[in-house]
Amino acid sequence: MLEQFEMDLWSPYVVGAGIGVLNCFAFLLSDRPIGCSSAYARASGMIERAVRGPKVEAKAYYRKFEPVVDWEVMLVAGVVIGAFLSASLSGSFRMETVPPLWRERFGPDPILRIAAAFAGGVLLGLGARWAGGCTSGHGISGTAQLAASSWLAVICFFIGGVATAMLLFRAGG
Amino acid sequence: MMEDKLKGLRSKRRAQLAIGLFIGIGFGFLLQKGGVTRYDVIVGQLLLDDFTIFKVMASAVISGMVGVHLLKSLGLVSLHPKPGSLGSSALGGLIFGVGFGILGRCPGTAAGAVGQGSVDALLGGVVGILLGAGIFAWGYPRIEEKVLRRGDFGDVTIPEILGVNRWLVVIPAVLILVGLLFWLEGMGT
Repeated sequence: MLEQFEMDLWSPYVVGAGIGVLNCFAFLLSDRPIGCSSAYARASGMIERAVRGPKVEAKAYYRKFEPVVDWEVMLVAGVVIGAFLSASLSGSFRMETVPPLWRERFGPDPILRIAAAFAGGVLLGLGARWAGGCTSGHGISGTAQLAASSWLAVICFFIGGVATAMLLFRAGG
Repeated sequence: MMEDKLKGLRSKRRAQLAIGLFIGIGFGFLLQKGGVTRYDVIVGQLLLDDFTIFKVMASAVISGMVGVHLLKSLGLVSLHPKPGSLGSSALGGLIFGVGFGILGRCPGTAAGAVGQGSVDALLGGVVGILLGAGIFAWGYPRIEEKVLRRGDFGDVTIPEILGVNRWLVVIPAVLILVGLLFWLEGMGT
């Protein structure tokens, strides 16, 4: 049994089926789907409140998504812990700043990679809240519920993602 | 009886925070074991070289779709489809996609990547996502008025649009996804 946990990679089908089962538990025990991006909005509000004070709570968006630790914030914290456990058990935990594929195309400069990741992150955070969900809330939970908004959003996630990756990696040879 | 117990559990704040944490731990564990917290795997999918992301997502949608609709038919859960519009789902989705292609992680897998030691996912990704979400909160009243309401279609589901029983969409959708997975395996990707 322990050998399974020490394996580096599991079958994508086992992993996916397991995520679907977790989603069912979220519905059953907590009356909500799995999602990740609203946790970032709440955390962002909490950080802004720590810097600028309680007036931040008056913003229309933070009245909708109160800057407090809720179920989804706990879920995202859990994701960090769960991935750490998995990586530690398989011995694949490694501090890495420049992923191999990036290094092959853009070189080993860690500052360039972090700057790009930051720019990508800003667009990702903005787009996730703009669309009302991310690859978890729309991509896995919303599609499973057959929500029209989620199928449209996930198709657009991948149109934007494929176009951007092709531009970055395939343009100019 | 079962419904009352679930109702009680769903209203306990501390228990709910603990459930969120435990589901998150399971989710992060699976994401890392699936390899989908890695930049190379995500960008490999976006370059259409590596179909791991598709395999994980399709399997998650299949088991989640069957499970959630079974629980719904048993009267144990309610669905929570998100509202959408062209301005929100399509435009927001495309902005998200550009960020997805550059960062090579999404909000969930970025958190998972932090857990496996990816410094770019923490210093670049997570910090960027927090700022991006903050920018949206700052611009929200104007974006809402000018863009998000365009082409509004509400929180409708595909069976509701088609006016058919949920299972008449669930079953064909599962068959199509399973068929795609077999086809991909047959192609050797």
